[in-house]
Amino acid sequence: MSFLPDPRWGEALAHLPDYLGNHVRVSLAALALGLAVSLPLAILTRNRPAPRAILLAIASIVQTVPGLALLALFYPLLLLAASVTLAWFGVSFSAFGFLPAMLALALYSMLPVLRNGITGLNGIDPALIEAAKGVGMTARQSLLMVELPLALPVMMAGIRTAAVWVIGTATLSTPIGQTSLGNYIFAGLQTQNWVFVLFGCFASALLALAVDQLLGLIEAGLRHRSHVRSALGAAGIAALVAATLIPSMGRSSQGYVVGAKTFAEQYVLSALLRDRLQTAGLSATARSGLGSSVIFGALKAGDIDLYIDYSGTLWANQLHRSDIKPRAELVAELKAALAKDNITLLGELGFENAYALVMPKKRADALGVRTIADLAARASSLSIAGDYEFFSRPEWAALQKAYGLSFRAQRQMQPDFMYAAVASGEVDVIAGYTSDGLIAKYDLVALEDPRHAIPPYDAILLLAPKRAGDERLQAALEPLLGKIDIATMREANLRASGNDANSSPDAVAKWLRQKVGRR
Amino acid sequence: MPSKLAISYHHVTKSFGRLKAVDDVSLGIAAGEFVSIVGGSGSGKTTLLRLANRLIEADSGTITVEGENVRDVDPVALRRRIGYVFQAGGLFPHLSVADNIGITPRLLGAPASDIARRVDELLELVQLDRDAHRNRLPEALSGGQRQRVGVARALAAKPRIVLMDEPFGALDPLTRDALGDDYRSLHRKLGLTTVMITHDITEAILLADRIAVMRGGKLLAQGTPAELSNSEDAYVLELLRTPRRQVERLNALLPTSGAA
Repeated sequence: MSFLPDPRWGEALAHLPDYLGNHVRVSLAALALGLAVSLPLAILTRNRPAPRAILLAIASIVQTVPGLALLALFYPLLLLAASVTLAWFGVSFSAFGFLPAMLALALYSMLPVLRNGITGLNGIDPALIEAAKGVGMTARQSLLMVELPLALPVMMAGIRTAAVWVIGTATLSTPIGQTSLGNYIFAGLQTQNWVFVLFGCFASALLALAVDQLLGLIEAGLRHRSHVRSALGAAGIAALVAATLIPSMGRSSQGYVVGAKTFAEQYVLSALLRDRLQTAGLSATARSGLGSSVIFGALKAGDIDLYIDYSGTLWANQLHRSDIKPRAELVAELKAALAKDNITLLGELGFENAYALVMPKKRADALGVRTIADLAARASSLSIAGDYEFFSRPEWAALQKAYGLSFRAQRQMQPDFMYAAVASGEVDVIAGYTSDGLIAKYDLVALEDPRHAIPPYDAILLLAPKRAGDERLQAALEPLLGKIDIATMREANLRASGNDANSSPDAVAKWLRQKVGRR
Repeated sequence: MPSKLAISYHHVTKSFGRLKAVDDVSLGIAAGEFVSIVGGSGSGKTTLLRLANRLIEADSGTITVEGENVRDVDPVALRRRIGYVFQAGGLFPHLSVADNIGITPRLLGAPASDIARRVDELLELVQLDRDAHRNRLPEALSGGQRQRVGVARALAAKPRIVLMDEPFGALDPLTRDALGDDYRSLHRKLGLTTVMITHDITEAILLADRIAVMRGGKLLAQGTPAELSNSEDAYVLELLRTPRRQVERLNALLPTSGAA
């Protein structure tokens, strides 16, 4: 333990302008869009009970959808919309990152704005509306000169609530490719970097608090008819927007964008790829924490330029194949299939990150279990845990079919906690990953699969269609191919699972580079 | 009928659902006249008043204002040329006294300097200190002051007709008396035609030239207090007897040489 400040704070701080700026931009854009839609709707429906009830019901239902799911839903939706506009009008747009995040967050902001807007407008003394008419106001004048000013404090309270919700929920836009303060949280959770997690939480909480206070100032100004306070609050918001826009204007072209999924190995490999590109004199940036279903689409659409995927994943999810082929054959067939979409499968890194059923070595020895077939005989008295997708994946169905597996109980867990859970005996078996460093750390064993129910999962390097002919890029990456064996990757992953400064993806990538370079 | 009519109702009916709020009412109000419409709650008196500036639309019958059928006049323009004093003031709480008073001229597009001058004139007219009240919000005023502002607002666009909906009902007796007298002299000085709704027959007798009595949507009787005393309607007679009876009891209770 060092008494020097943890270098990870400095690393976190270095990302702040980028993450915070993106976070503020997407949040405020979403809020602005949400207001632009909700306020007119609140005004239009204020005297119409039936549409008002329907509108509030829809907004309430949207609110019950978990933020992460709502954000994730917008990605395929926009992908579809983009393909439609491409077919009809010849224009396409990116369904990745800013747009889906902004739309989903805007939808999320609608309920408090609508509800408070309607409450505010309906709460006005009818005698005053009558008076507005009586002094000769038109309906429009009555709205602008009497109803809206009187409802404004209540409306403003709704806007504040919406702002806090949106800023908080925006941290969940990282998996659909929108950089946000959530990048700290996702990366931190996956690489057990609690400094990042804390940093992300505090930063987004502080931002929400600051925006809430500024809006509160405007609200107080409106309530007490103090223009000074309103102006101060508005100036604060404007300064915030300006501060986040200035750095992005000065930013040059981003170079190659390296994608990464949401687990530690991917963060490490992304750092390694960027390091390779920079060594070759190419500029590269990261888009990390992307959802497994989002990342391939992002590559295909050119939103990212390269990333590492696993052969079995694409085999099942993109080619919709359930048959199983030997490693090399599967990769070759995959390569040909991807080439039809103009995606380059540059090659294998050398290791496999397959699903495997994993249990403590001692326990396996005691039970006399060496293979999944041995396990099947005892499964009815054992419990199994897997990550969030495992039990709905074809591999699980194939395993159950091949070995007649039936466990007493099955649970879903955050992958990082799974290994500790099986080591401590909280569950008996986990569906782990073969390249995971924790297998060695906790003295676990991956059970053999004699019937080859689980397809091979070679780590493969994919390039976006627009990089198909990019020889400089390919030359820069080729030295990595076939250089990372399973033992190396396990050790790298073990290092990344640590909880100190040497376990950051960049630090592990540096170690990996030296290791690979020696061969 | 003396001179020409400012407002006339001719067989006017208005229902809300199955309730006949105004039932075949005919009534003429001469220019320069001060007419008070008296009745209990639910008698239809407020509805009758609001029909005149089309805050409520009649189902049948004809209403004319200064000779024009109100149906042929744009309702917004109609309301801008008729002053209206609301119950308890009806002042806009987010606007200053000056902005409240100047609202109708502003809607009519008068220049700001003209409005400011007019506001000062009106504050003087309703006997409120300019500098003390101009920039206050309604919440900082007493009930009586608010109603004075309400009267000033109604007069701002120089209407010839003023409609008043129980304007002094919520005030304490002293303020009410003073305000009634002050308005009565304004009415005379400015040559207004005033229709005032009240449930208080005493107030009506003291202020109005003529009284119309409403009950259950019907116009029971109309005329000067003296004419109404000769009515054959039991309700009207009872209504007129009430103030007299009150005076007799008051005289009995108060020593004649007392406070006065």
